[in-house]
Amino acid sequence: MKDDVATPEERSASLKGMGCSRKRVEDVRFTQGRGNYVDDIKLDGMLFGDFVRSPYAHARVVSIDTEAAMKVPGVVAVLTAKDLEPLGLHWMPTLAGDKQMVLADGKVLFQGQEVAYVIAKDRYAAADGVEAVEVEYDELPVLTDPFEALKSDVVLREDLAGQTEGAHGPRKHHNHIFTWEQGDKDATEAVLAGADVVAEEMVYYHRTHPCPLETCGCVASMDKVTGKLTLHGTFQAPHAIRTVVSLISGIAEHNIRVISPDIGGGFGNKVGAYAGYVCSVVASIVTGKPVKWVENRMDNLMSTAFARDYWMQGKIAATKEGKITGLWCHTTADHGGFDACADPTKFPAGFMNICTGSYDIPTAYLAVDGVYTNKAPGGVAYRCSFRVTEAAYFIERMIEVLAIKLNMDAAELRRINFIRKDQFPYQSALGWEYDSGDYHTAWDKALAAVGYVDLRKEQAQRLEDFKSGKTRKLMGIGLTHFTEIVGAGPVKNCDILGLGMFDSCEIRIHPTGSAIARLGTISQGQGHATTFAQILASEIGISADDITIEEGDTDTAPYGLGTYGSRSTPVAGAATAMAGRKIRAKAQMIAAYLLEVHDDDVEFDVDRFVVKGAPDRFKTMKELAFASYNQAIPGLEPGLEAVSYYDPPNMTYPFGAYICVMDLDVDTGEHEIRKFYALDDCGTRINPMIIEGQVHGGATEGYAIAMGQEIAYDDMGNHKTATLMDFFLPTSWETPTYETDFTVTPSPHHPIGAKGVGESPNVGSVPAFSNAVHDAFRPFGLTQSHMPHDHWRVWRIARDLGLHG
Amino acid sequence: MSKMHVKLKVNGDEVEGLAEPRTLLIHFLRENLKVTGPHVGCETSHCGACTVDMDGKSVKSCTVFVAQAQGADVTTVEGLVNPDGSLSVLQEMFREHHGLQCGFCTPGMITRAHRLLQENPTPTEEDVRFGMAGNLCRCTGYQNIVKAILAAAEINNAQKEAAE
Repeated sequence: MKDDVATPEERSASLKGMGCSRKRVEDVRFTQGRGNYVDDIKLDGMLFGDFVRSPYAHARVVSIDTEAAMKVPGVVAVLTAKDLEPLGLHWMPTLAGDKQMVLADGKVLFQGQEVAYVIAKDRYAAADGVEAVEVEYDELPVLTDPFEALKSDVVLREDLAGQTEGAHGPRKHHNHIFTWEQGDKDATEAVLAGADVVAEEMVYYHRTHPCPLETCGCVASMDKVTGKLTLHGTFQAPHAIRTVVSLISGIAEHNIRVISPDIGGGFGNKVGAYAGYVCSVVASIVTGKPVKWVENRMDNLMSTAFARDYWMQGKIAATKEGKITGLWCHTTADHGGFDACADPTKFPAGFMNICTGSYDIPTAYLAVDGVYTNKAPGGVAYRCSFRVTEAAYFIERMIEVLAIKLNMDAAELRRINFIRKDQFPYQSALGWEYDSGDYHTAWDKALAAVGYVDLRKEQAQRLEDFKSGKTRKLMGIGLTHFTEIVGAGPVKNCDILGLGMFDSCEIRIHPTGSAIARLGTISQGQGHATTFAQILASEIGISADDITIEEGDTDTAPYGLGTYGSRSTPVAGAATAMAGRKIRAKAQMIAAYLLEVHDDDVEFDVDRFVVKGAPDRFKTMKELAFASYNQAIPGLEPGLEAVSYYDPPNMTYPFGAYICVMDLDVDTGEHEIRKFYALDDCGTRINPMIIEGQVHGGATEGYAIAMGQEIAYDDMGNHKTATLMDFFLPTSWETPTYETDFTVTPSPHHPIGAKGVGESPNVGSVPAFSNAVHDAFRPFGLTQSHMPHDHWRVWRIARDLGLHG
Repeated sequence: MSKMHVKLKVNGDEVEGLAEPRTLLIHFLRENLKVTGPHVGCETSHCGACTVDMDGKSVKSCTVFVAQAQGADVTTVEGLVNPDGSLSVLQEMFREHHGLQCGFCTPGMITRAHRLLQENPTPTEEDVRFGMAGNLCRCTGYQNIVKAILAAAEINNAQKEAAE
């Protein structure tokens, strides 16, 4: 190695470490159809499971007759709640401290609820069996409105009758779940009472669904000889699923192997534990055969994991110059028939208390009331860190409403209220310590990039043209400055079912200097196999191309809480860096021994340890890897391995400035996105290409949510949006083109300064799109109109404002 | 249910088997033949994850009976790699331009793009966006997919020109 002539820069580039747009290693498989998703798994003798689902939103189940179904050719068994009851599995605990029916136990609480589970030799026979199960229902009054539910005499959860104490404190009504309060109520009310200006508005963030292209599914395989259960599934948190399965089934945890293979998108849909998993496990135990269950799209949209559905009543107080003095928010949260929200235990409304956003608001109060209704349970974080999307939408709408009240430019109102760079770390009125930020720099860069001043002039001209009849199109400029809170989280206050939300990485360096690293997370498209290798390459001086990243097999990967809430890079990424540093520390001792100097006399240089002041005396990481296996080094164990369990000291707080320019046709309600500019600051950037891809994808989800996507019910609780005909997923035709940009403000507490980015574009883009719609109609007196802003609703705004003449 | 004998060509190989008349092409491919590149995303022809090429046309194999594919020439993403097993220009461009994330839509996406470039070897961005609108992606926002397809068209055309 002494003839090594490469410069440090060339050696560094060859590592493909942090900061380079390394091509994804996953893509070689995926581009030729060689992925391995759950539905691709085929085991010998495998059976298929399918659900009989309730056609009613609220009904008693009078009887279930499975006799005809059992005669259907290919049907092996039909499970009902009665079959699960002796095992104690007809109900299961939810992630939110509630319990949920696995199969209908006497009644159903939402349309599409699982009533019986048919097991058959193939998926066609299972569907035939489902058709043949006869269920008699007795309809009950339906509650789809959370406000009405809190007043109604109708008891949805009879199993909780008389329970005045829930998992998160007192229950005020039989359809009430919890009240969660943060901040100082009295002080906030005093500020509101004495303020120059108070703007008040009800901001509704409608119910939607993550709808990954691959639905949820699993293959349960109980080996009766070894007593070992193998559960393949679309799990965003495989280790947590293993623990949950052990706790509810009684199977010892070491006898359960959970495997998340390739996952076709998650976006929060695949965090929870669903009836299909429980029934498949039971079915495999009962039949002694592997049992596969894969949702169809209708099952997916109707039963697993809705998102949002927050009614946020807000009041914002300010001086007449526009300095915000207080924020008050009362949220009514529609949780559906069971409280199955996926939030850390101590946060029943997630991180909704980040709703002071990017602003220095001295006094604030938040209360959230969770409510049962006859809708599907869920409440997952759809590409969001536990209700941050709702919080960001709320504050970014309230800022706009306040700007209208003050007759101020909304960009300027934001600027004068931003938390200043010198205020970080910043203690928010609702209890968070923001780690770092430079909002003014990002904001000025964004406004300059889009030519904000000229856009406003153009908009004024357009308004004149509209008024004089020259055009029927209005122009809207949608502004957003969001602050995320991700990387859950510190074990001291973040757990799910009592499991601390740390994460992990284990590294083994092979004798020839390549390596494998395993993590407690699981990629669903984020490209972990690519980016985690980049972190390691920079930390341990081994090329990313020589490092295999493996996730998702609980028999081999260290324990971790999985991938959601943008936590992989902030938590597992930190564990990766820390494990890498342990490797490096041992390598340093080996190098010092081989170079016959003191440990402190060698230093790390890209891919090697060099004797200080003697650059030609060095040992490369490859040489040190081999030495660790073939040299007897006094005081050191052989081998070169490390494991790190990382408990983050704080959350990370990525932020960004998004601007959308939109034309709206007042006669058709159609929109055209002329420009969408997205500036993200996610701290240290690991792979710019992947960051940009995350922003495109998240912003497209935001576009869908803001402009058309919703889970809608009629008054009978009928699900109106259960296929992709009705549930809006944008195509390449209407999806806008995005311009991406960035600033870099590293996290001071993260080992490599990274903050996470996957969810920022969903959090930031929804208010940007929505604000553009509102902004277009601002001159005509519109202050608030609920999403989604589909053509019909935009047309209706124009009609209601008298713009149709 | 009685089964029927079906015979077709998949990725250049003659295949045959028994299937119920109601068997969908996607299930015959995935379950009988273990050709698992094409995926099921919606069962209603909206998402295009199941797109295959059948007798020179893009079809959504979740709404085609295998009986309708009797005697047909079917190509899936597995059949698009170069004869030496390396990635085709289109596959390589999807990788180069980060035109995929979770990979679930990718087989249908690439199979459709392959046919699109046969139909129109010199598409504009608008042509690509229109021609790909039958295939949904939840991860990428399409921007890099469009870029990848345009880049592939350019390379294909340059190679064709050089050969002439």
